[in-house]
Amino acid sequence: MQPTRTEGPDYYHKVVDCQWACPAHTPVPEYIRLIADGRYDDAYMINWKSNVFPGVLGRTCDRPCEPACRRGRVEEEPVAICRLKRVAADNKQDVGPLMPPVAAKRNGKRVALVGAGPASLTVARDLAPLGYELVLFDGEPRSGGMIRSQIPRFRLPEEVIDEEVGYVTRLGGVELRLGQRIESLKGLLSEGFDAVFVGSGAPRGRDLDIPGRKEAAANVHIGIDWLSSVSFGHIEKIGRRVIVLGGGNTAMDCCRTSRRLGGEEVKVVVRSGFEEMKASPWEKEDAIHEDIPILNFRVPKAFTHENGRLTGVTFEIVRAEYDDKGRRNLVPSGEPDEHHECDDVLVAVGQENAFPWIERDIGLEFDRWDMPQVDPVTFESTRKGVFFGGDAAFGPKNIIWAVAHGHDAAVSIHRHCMGEDVHDRPPPGFSLVSQKMGIHEWSYDNDISLEQRHRVPMLDKAEALKNVRVEVELGFDSRLGYAEAQRCLNCDVQTVFTDNLCIECDACVDICPVDCITFTEDGEEADLRQRLKAPALNLDQDLLVSGALATGRVMVKDEDVCLHCGLCAERCPTGAWDMQRFTLEMTHADQMGGAA
Amino acid sequence: MTYIAKPKLHHPALTPNGLGYLRRDYEGSVSTLCAGCGHDSISAAIIQAAYELDLPPHRVAKLSGIGCSSKTPDYFLGNSHGFNTVHGRMPSVTTGANLANRELIYLGVSGDGDSASIGLGQFAHAIRRGVNMTYIVENNGVYGLTKGQFSATSDRGSKSKKGVVNHDAAIDMVGLALQLGATFVARSFSGDKAQLVPLIKAALRHPGPAFIDTLSPCVQFNNHAGSTKSYDYVREHNEAVNRLDVIADRKPIEVDYEPGTTISVTQHDGSVLALHKLSDHYDPTDRIAAMAYLGERQAAGEIVTGLLYVDPEPGDLHGALGTTDRPLNSLSDAELVPGQAALDRINAGLR
Repeated sequence: MQPTRTEGPDYYHKVVDCQWACPAHTPVPEYIRLIADGRYDDAYMINWKSNVFPGVLGRTCDRPCEPACRRGRVEEEPVAICRLKRVAADNKQDVGPLMPPVAAKRNGKRVALVGAGPASLTVARDLAPLGYELVLFDGEPRSGGMIRSQIPRFRLPEEVIDEEVGYVTRLGGVELRLGQRIESLKGLLSEGFDAVFVGSGAPRGRDLDIPGRKEAAANVHIGIDWLSSVSFGHIEKIGRRVIVLGGGNTAMDCCRTSRRLGGEEVKVVVRSGFEEMKASPWEKEDAIHEDIPILNFRVPKAFTHENGRLTGVTFEIVRAEYDDKGRRNLVPSGEPDEHHECDDVLVAVGQENAFPWIERDIGLEFDRWDMPQVDPVTFESTRKGVFFGGDAAFGPKNIIWAVAHGHDAAVSIHRHCMGEDVHDRPPPGFSLVSQKMGIHEWSYDNDISLEQRHRVPMLDKAEALKNVRVEVELGFDSRLGYAEAQRCLNCDVQTVFTDNLCIECDACVDICPVDCITFTEDGEEADLRQRLKAPALNLDQDLLVSGALATGRVMVKDEDVCLHCGLCAERCPTGAWDMQRFTLEMTHADQMGGAA
Repeated sequence: MTYIAKPKLHHPALTPNGLGYLRRDYEGSVSTLCAGCGHDSISAAIIQAAYELDLPPHRVAKLSGIGCSSKTPDYFLGNSHGFNTVHGRMPSVTTGANLANRELIYLGVSGDGDSASIGLGQFAHAIRRGVNMTYIVENNGVYGLTKGQFSATSDRGSKSKKGVVNHDAAIDMVGLALQLGATFVARSFSGDKAQLVPLIKAALRHPGPAFIDTLSPCVQFNNHAGSTKSYDYVREHNEAVNRLDVIADRKPIEVDYEPGTTISVTQHDGSVLALHKLSDHYDPTDRIAAMAYLGERQAAGEIVTGLLYVDPEPGDLHGALGTTDRPLNSLSDAELVPGQAALDRINAGLR
């Protein structure tokens, strides 16, 4: 096959599985090394640059990085990347002086941001240092959007939100207009902003229209609205017996919050099977740990009530059947319906976007699902100068996606305001730097830790359930944080091969602990993958294939389970292998210049 | 040398052998030899062979002399017996060990200095006595530990790293082994594991003196133009006479070579050596023909590799001496001190 092209940023970026999987492409191994080194401020700032909310995300992120983590393919569990981020946030000193300075002068451009959640705050973070005037509108009295309204305080303390929203609002030029809900985009557009960014989230919780809904309305609550009321202190109690309908992370937050507000018998009931639930596995675990049973394959049929008061929910019991295309159908199992008594029901069966405040005659097209048509690269709508991001753009995702959208939208807004083409976007920068310090010394710790994933210490359950505002996870202390950080394989330190230096001595093949490297006759990829020292069966992972060597063979390295221990390079007599650190510089508006 | 231990984590697809061990379980500590040393590849080949043969590590004794090559037993079979002996004296110590306990599998590792200079007499006598062992010489033609002087196997006319020409004749270990009565003689190259691993497996199963001369380039002092033991030179001049498959007992023989191109040699323990001929007319069971062929090809500047000679019915030292068939440490007091009557019989026999 053709020698692997490693010239652009993509080949080596993809090797860093966590960074590749992160929507914001946070340089994970880099900050983990800094944590191991006790440089928490620097670790925090690397995160802050990429994902704006390290303290928030270190507690709440959906962690797409962790299922991708290479460590999970060589032993049981991935590195606890998410909770390490929290270690940086918890242990840092005052990072105020490390923040970008307030722009020396205003650039005269005004941008309106609808919603003060993670997407809008990211846009503000990227544009403020360029001298923009940024006006954030939010219908709620506090900033933060769903970070504040939907995530319970026992998972995310108020002061973490205040701190990280504060870093953005202190960048200069940021004005918060809280409690001011935008009721008309047309009206907003008439105020003369140079651009408008819509980051208003997916604020409408889906309802469940089944018999008894109206009659029992007083005790049937929409999950996200109820969570928001708890967050803002409007609700402090719930009945003794609670049923949560739904299997996503919102359902998990609802049931755990109920346990803290007087719910003694709280259960989650889902339509699907337990395994197929949308909630992250760790959130399910946490709920079960708090004595909340999860009942699956039950479809709610009716709310039962007496004298206008909810008495319970009737469920039809179903089972999963799969058609020839592998699609799942839930079919009645034939078992008699079940009735579960309860005092309150929380409905957490999904959320929807809602744009009643956007007029349909302003050149902003909606698709057949009544969602605005948004360019997935530029985040611009069909009306020039109006951009979308976060859940408002493509439906409910999570914070880290909102941040990634915000970064990209900010680039577009900057191009737009400078009168340039929003499609003309600078590619990310990258560099590869040798980590060799001496004959067998590297500037990273290449001794692979054999420790298993460490558990995050938790508050005693009885204590935790007493107060909805007491954080339940205690976080890694610096000692545990160090031990967990050492589990990182440093996948950003790349094995770079220079074929014309190789003498084919086999030293790298012999030393490689995971049989990544093979010297063999060239062939097509499918054939090569079978012929390697350990067959390369994970097709998601690339092969690094050299040009022809002196014997006519090629070097093939399977990236799949490489430990990045650098032993190939240590045992290489000619320097054909080198360990080089890959650094990716994402394109962010504040780095682009061209302003002020 | 390398500072860190080789990480214990391994490829998830590794499979256990018949004893339940992974290949990684046959490793030793991390090598302290120079990066790129051929000896490390030989260690890797020994690890692979021991894994494939399902060798119980505690039934193997690995012995060596002194030198770069003799350091290597530390880098493989970390759970086996063995030690560095005295310079050049590995053959005698192995002979003694073998006489004391004939049930262990003996692997002697030596170098061209250890076996062709200071230990040449030791080498010669262990071979001619027929000690049941695998004798691997890691032959790089240079004294690496003392910074690159010619060794006794350096070819006449070859050049040192500094450009000095060697005037002395080379000792051909393979020729000596054939002449002295080794019943298994092979030559291979550290850079060709496909050839080397089956040879080591066959040698370990061979119930007699098995000798493998393994060319093993010294990257530091003998891998330059003008050397006849460099990676490039050996690759250019390598003439393999056959490819070997070792087929363990009672397994059906499945060799998919053209009929008539394969010679099968059944060893005493039932294992079969299936030799795929690469060179016409080469018969590895004919010792005299082998010696003549080797001499001829050597004169033509070729390095002949492969299984050069094997005696399907080898004898060994124990057979010649008529020793007890059990290890000495398993004999009871009654067997070791047979009493006055037995002594009287012996004395009577000597009168």
